[in-house]
Amino acid sequence: MSAAGTTVVPLTCPFDIRFEHVEKRFGPLTALRNLSLDIREGEFVALLGANGAGKTTLLRIAALLMTPSSGRMRFMASATDINDAGAPGAGADNAGIPPLEAKRRIGMVGHSTLLYDELTAAENLTFFGKLYGLEDIGTRVPAGLESCGLASRAKSLVRTFSRGMRQRLAIARALLHGPRLLLLDEPAAGLDRQGLAWFGTTLARLRDDGCTVIMSTHARNESLDLATRAISLAGGRVEHDSGSNGDPRALLSQLRAEARVEN
Amino acid sequence: MKSRIAITALMAALIFFAGYAALFIAPDERTMHEVQRIFYFHLSAWMTSFAAFLLVFISNIAYLVTRRIKWDCLGVAAAEVGIACCSIGLITGPLWARPVWGIWWTWDARLTTTFIMWLMYISYLLLRGLLEDTQRRASLSAIFGIFAFLDVPLVYMSNRLWRTQHPQPVIFGGEGSGLDPTMAKVLLICVISLFGVMIPVLIDRYRLQVLRHEVEELRFGLEMRRSDSRRGTIKAAL
Amino acid sequence: MSTARAAAILLAKELRLEFRTRELLSATVIFALIIVVLFSFAFDPTATESRRYGPGLLWIAFLFAGSLMLQPSFAREQSNDTLDALRMAPVSSFAILLGKMLANFVFLSFAEVILVPVFAVLYNVSLAGIMGRLVIVLVLGTTGLVVTGTVFSAISAHARMRELLLPLLLLPVLAPLLIAAVEATASLLMEQPELDRTWVAFLAGFDIVFLTASWLLCDFLVEE
Repeated sequence: MSAAGTTVVPLTCPFDIRFEHVEKRFGPLTALRNLSLDIREGEFVALLGANGAGKTTLLRIAALLMTPSSGRMRFMASATDINDAGAPGAGADNAGIPPLEAKRRIGMVGHSTLLYDELTAAENLTFFGKLYGLEDIGTRVPAGLESCGLASRAKSLVRTFSRGMRQRLAIARALLHGPRLLLLDEPAAGLDRQGLAWFGTTLARLRDDGCTVIMSTHARNESLDLATRAISLAGGRVEHDSGSNGDPRALLSQLRAEARVEN
Repeated sequence: MKSRIAITALMAALIFFAGYAALFIAPDERTMHEVQRIFYFHLSAWMTSFAAFLLVFISNIAYLVTRRIKWDCLGVAAAEVGIACCSIGLITGPLWARPVWGIWWTWDARLTTTFIMWLMYISYLLLRGLLEDTQRRASLSAIFGIFAFLDVPLVYMSNRLWRTQHPQPVIFGGEGSGLDPTMAKVLLICVISLFGVMIPVLIDRYRLQVLRHEVEELRFGLEMRRSDSRRGTIKAAL
Repeated sequence: MSTARAAAILLAKELRLEFRTRELLSATVIFALIIVVLFSFAFDPTATESRRYGPGLLWIAFLFAGSLMLQPSFAREQSNDTLDALRMAPVSSFAILLGKMLANFVFLSFAEVILVPVFAVLYNVSLAGIMGRLVIVLVLGTTGLVVTGTVFSAISAHARMRELLLPLLLLPVLAPLLIAAVEATASLLMEQPELDRTWVAFLAGFDIVFLTASWLLCDFLVEE
């Protein structure tokens, strides 16, 4: 059994995300309070809650963009995997997957596009592909552009793209390296009908592939139908959680009804 | 309240005694006579400012390691005190140089270092004034503070190297060597008294900074609650 | 992925971005040229005066041009939050910093390549026979400038008035570098040019100190 950090966990090895008593403070403001969650690999989590409930903070901590003020968030090699993958000590020694390794399997779509306006669509994807250490960039980039419908604009600067096109490229960027964990913060914002359709089918395929998805949205989003679990946050805490084995639909329809009443 | 009066009285006594020692106890210097007596405060100011900036350096490292805001507060207090002592050094230097050597300024190692330190730590405070987020302000100014302090020996060294290559009249150098015993004692008195003044001021500025920080937090929290009740949501500072 | 490889990828991206717009490069070169030319107007140097004051003017021009050019290097990553994208990638924070430093080094060197001949012409200084040694001094001096400048650019990117702030932070800290670089250049322009080992060693020491400090502090610099 080798020590964590020296083990190279194979890229396809799935993992759980565990929040243990996570608190995040920004000065006097507490965005997350004593948050404990265990998200299993393969779950499709709909993250709900009002503005400021802590959804974005939770996603950013999961993306390793922020560290908790107290408590910890870890990626644990999935318990079901220890016997199969033969990666010694990865899950058994409980130290979690090292951040730099974990980052290779995380993709995020956030509030900003995370794209370079002065590079072309193809150059953006190629750059990030290289940064993530991908070997088959020559095939992945065109495939990614083709998939999101931007193949014809591959050589155009992102600066010239419409909002919807940028969002599509942002999603393609997040998916390029085949992440096992997808963090989505209002991913449908700005997408037109065609983009939404593509996004929906892509998400469905990812879910079927066993990718873990945490999607934060409070719009009426058809993709929510794909969810296997619904978690709602309020005031930085978990308010409702349909659980790993539960049925999210009841919670989702309840929250939808509430939203309708508000509007 | 009583302790404050006592401390202030003690500080006044120290300064008075140091001044008395410098003016009357110290023997007359051979060539420079009266004016030379400034030297006791000039050198003491230099030492206290250096000690203060060393404290800034330590506080900066401590903040980055522990993330406790009190270190950030201490860093600010020490920087303020250091700049004040630096200013004393920068004023007494020319005051001494002019009557004796006929020039206001010279780029000797100590004066140069004092001047650059003064500039750097004023920039340190300026930087803080332009950064709004508390935690970011603390960590970014800590990084700058560390770089600034690492620069101090480099400034000193570069000046010494330059002077060995381009020999200049030695103006402030040489007091350290062959100091008359009484002079050395007076110097010690002045150094101790300046430290004795600096430390209570430092503690006071530190407490002030801690209070400032608390007020800032309270104000921020209040604004959040105000906008919260107005809009029914808490605007997340993300 | 190794830090070196990641930094190389980031460097390539910076170069590609800059050569597409060329705004930073051209502004830097022109600004430095203006300083050198203005100094030349301000006083019309004889040959010996050139040798005395020339190096100082040259390095001041680099310093000012550099501190203007360095400022956008991190500020540019704020549009579309691309810095977040870099931080999410499986590369170390030092790789991100190093990539920027290397890019700034390339840009500033580019300006120097143009500027040094101009300087030689305006100040009637002959560069024959000293080019190799001059390059050593230029490289060491530029490295120090770029290392501290990039770190301070990362700091000032979060602050208000960042265009004014960066020179304010940078120039006092670079005082020893200026002295060393000017002296080393001056000794190369003398009647009997020689490479002053003391100053070259000092420059190298300066670079090592601040490069090490950057490496130790890079996580705090690049974090949220």
